[in-house]
Amino acid sequence: MDTSVAARIAANPDYQRLKSTRSSFGWTLTIATLVVYYGFILLVAFGKNLLAIPLGSGVMTLGIPVGIGVIIFTIVVTAIYVRRANSEFDALAEKVRQEVLK
Amino acid sequence: MSRIVSRILTTAAVAGLALAPTLALAAPDLGPAERQATNWTAIIMFGVFVVGTLYITKWAAGRTKSASDFYTAGGGITGFQNGLAIAGDYMSAASFLGISAAVMISGYDGLIYSIGFLVGWPIITFLMAERLRNLGKFTFADVAAFRFAQTPVRIFAASGTLVVVAFYLIAQMVGAGQLIKLLFGLDYWIAVVIVGALMMVYVLFGGMTATTWVQIIKACLLLGGASFMALSVLWHYGFSPERLFAAAVQIKTDIAAQGGASPEAARASGLSIMAPGTFIADPISAISFGMALMFGTAGLPHILMRFFTVPSAKEARKSVMWATGWIGYFYLLTFIIGFGAITFVLTNPSFLEPGGGLIGGNNMAAVHLAQAVGGNIFLGFISAVAFATILAVVAGLTLSGASAVSHDIYSTVIKGGKADSASELKVSRITTLTLGVLAVLLGIVFEKQNIAFMVSLAFAVAASANFPVLFLSILWKGTTTLGAVVGGFLGLISSVLLTVLSPAVWEATLGNPTGSAPFPYSSPALFSMTIGFVGIWLVSILDRSRRAQIDRDGFLPQQVRSETGIGASQASSH
Repeated sequence: MDTSVAARIAANPDYQRLKSTRSSFGWTLTIATLVVYYGFILLVAFGKNLLAIPLGSGVMTLGIPVGIGVIIFTIVVTAIYVRRANSEFDALAEKVRQEVLK
Repeated sequence: MSRIVSRILTTAAVAGLALAPTLALAAPDLGPAERQATNWTAIIMFGVFVVGTLYITKWAAGRTKSASDFYTAGGGITGFQNGLAIAGDYMSAASFLGISAAVMISGYDGLIYSIGFLVGWPIITFLMAERLRNLGKFTFADVAAFRFAQTPVRIFAASGTLVVVAFYLIAQMVGAGQLIKLLFGLDYWIAVVIVGALMMVYVLFGGMTATTWVQIIKACLLLGGASFMALSVLWHYGFSPERLFAAAVQIKTDIAAQGGASPEAARASGLSIMAPGTFIADPISAISFGMALMFGTAGLPHILMRFFTVPSAKEARKSVMWATGWIGYFYLLTFIIGFGAITFVLTNPSFLEPGGGLIGGNNMAAVHLAQAVGGNIFLGFISAVAFATILAVVAGLTLSGASAVSHDIYSTVIKGGKADSASELKVSRITTLTLGVLAVLLGIVFEKQNIAFMVSLAFAVAASANFPVLFLSILWKGTTTLGAVVGGFLGLISSVLLTVLSPAVWEATLGNPTGSAPFPYSSPALFSMTIGFVGIWLVSILDRSRRAQIDRDGFLPQQVRSETGIGASQASSH
């Protein structure tokens, strides 16, 4: 792609919307993932007793749903991004393509 | 499985494949495994797998005509298929055997470990997958070097690839040899030669197409087998996790009581499997290790390469979504399997040595559980799957190493991007052959060495060298050729150096006294990643060369292409 085509695309309002929406969405989810994972690690390091709190009358502890929850969070957050990107972002990218390359 | 007459094994065969010993997890030093009696059921089942995959290779060979077919299966893999193949590439035998063993020994700590292996995937999804697909063609160096001077960045990327591939490959080969002694009762060298030979056949003739299908089949077999084991365990407890956990706690309590603990201490020991224990030796190590796993996943060349096998950014995203789902599901299964091993294996004398401890070592937890829930046939099946798992991983690694040499070094650096497809393909095949022979030789050389550090080193290098260069070249306009190369090599060198100075190598492998390691933490990533990132940033902002201006000017076209896919390389015709 030569620079003039790139500059034309970069000036397109739909492109700018695509870039900023995707960037803020991607970074929000990235930060959420970092907070959840390193929060979990810090909890393991400094809050062992908290995770060992029993739930109910049996042996189940708070740590089990928290740990399983981190795995499920990871899968769900990935799916959320992919769903939005594959519909909204791709449609927007297609629109940019139509507008610029007609 | 025959009655075992061997002496008690205090060492675990494949612990070193993944479990970093200094994390105080259940990873005893990696030592030679005792050869067991020949297991014909397992060998026959593995034979069926081999015949099936060779048939696929024959089919794939007919479709592997150009360099593009060889590296990326012509870009014609669907997102769902690629997701399974990524899962097949990523779920190693060590994840399966090592993590279920870790759960059996320390319960909750095993879960913490597996979470670390999963959390890199969302990062890949949000920041890398689609941009990689839009910018690259065959290797991650295509992306890292997109707007830079080709020669230096390609040389760096090929170095990063080959270092990661070499350490990962040696760990897999040694693991294969040890595992096969245990599971099949064959000699170590036979196992290493079989793995090397089959892997060369897949890659040489079938390229990425055959490698992908081997990985897909292996992922299905592993997920199927592990699901069956986990469901059998849960079924036994009326699908009540509480009942499974209660039974496991009771068994751990009884074991501690038999060991002479007071009733209170025994109960505490039993309950300890339900919460974090000794996983975190110190917070710095934990965070550093977490970073190596999280960002290392996003810098593994054989994983990154898989994003070029799909036709579009949409399919690349679907791949990573499926991969994350399958891998997460797999780690949930290993958690249940580990608890199942406590209740089914630790209570059954036929799986235990007279002095306590598992026959064949702790990494046999899942294998013994397979026999407990599914009899000899299922035991043979799981053993064959474990071997197939190693094959799928080494095939992906070799392909990635071969493409770094043929595409990045030969075609781009030596031939200045003017090599024709046929000669590039020839170089890939020669490299595959060379890597295969080297892997077999190194596998045999390292048989008796402590190689527990190798996989964590591979992740540390990927996180400290490959990831920062890729990340900043895609997202930061200011990155220059000089910055990427200097910072990248600094990350590479510091991660290797700090690993050598860490307890896992300095003490466990080189035999220096405990406590003498100059670098006290179990993973260098926190430090070496910082060195890599700061190196790239600092050198880039100080770079006033004419090339630096070209590099910065190239950012806009690169960004437009990475965001929209306009100009991205398309799938080939078939």
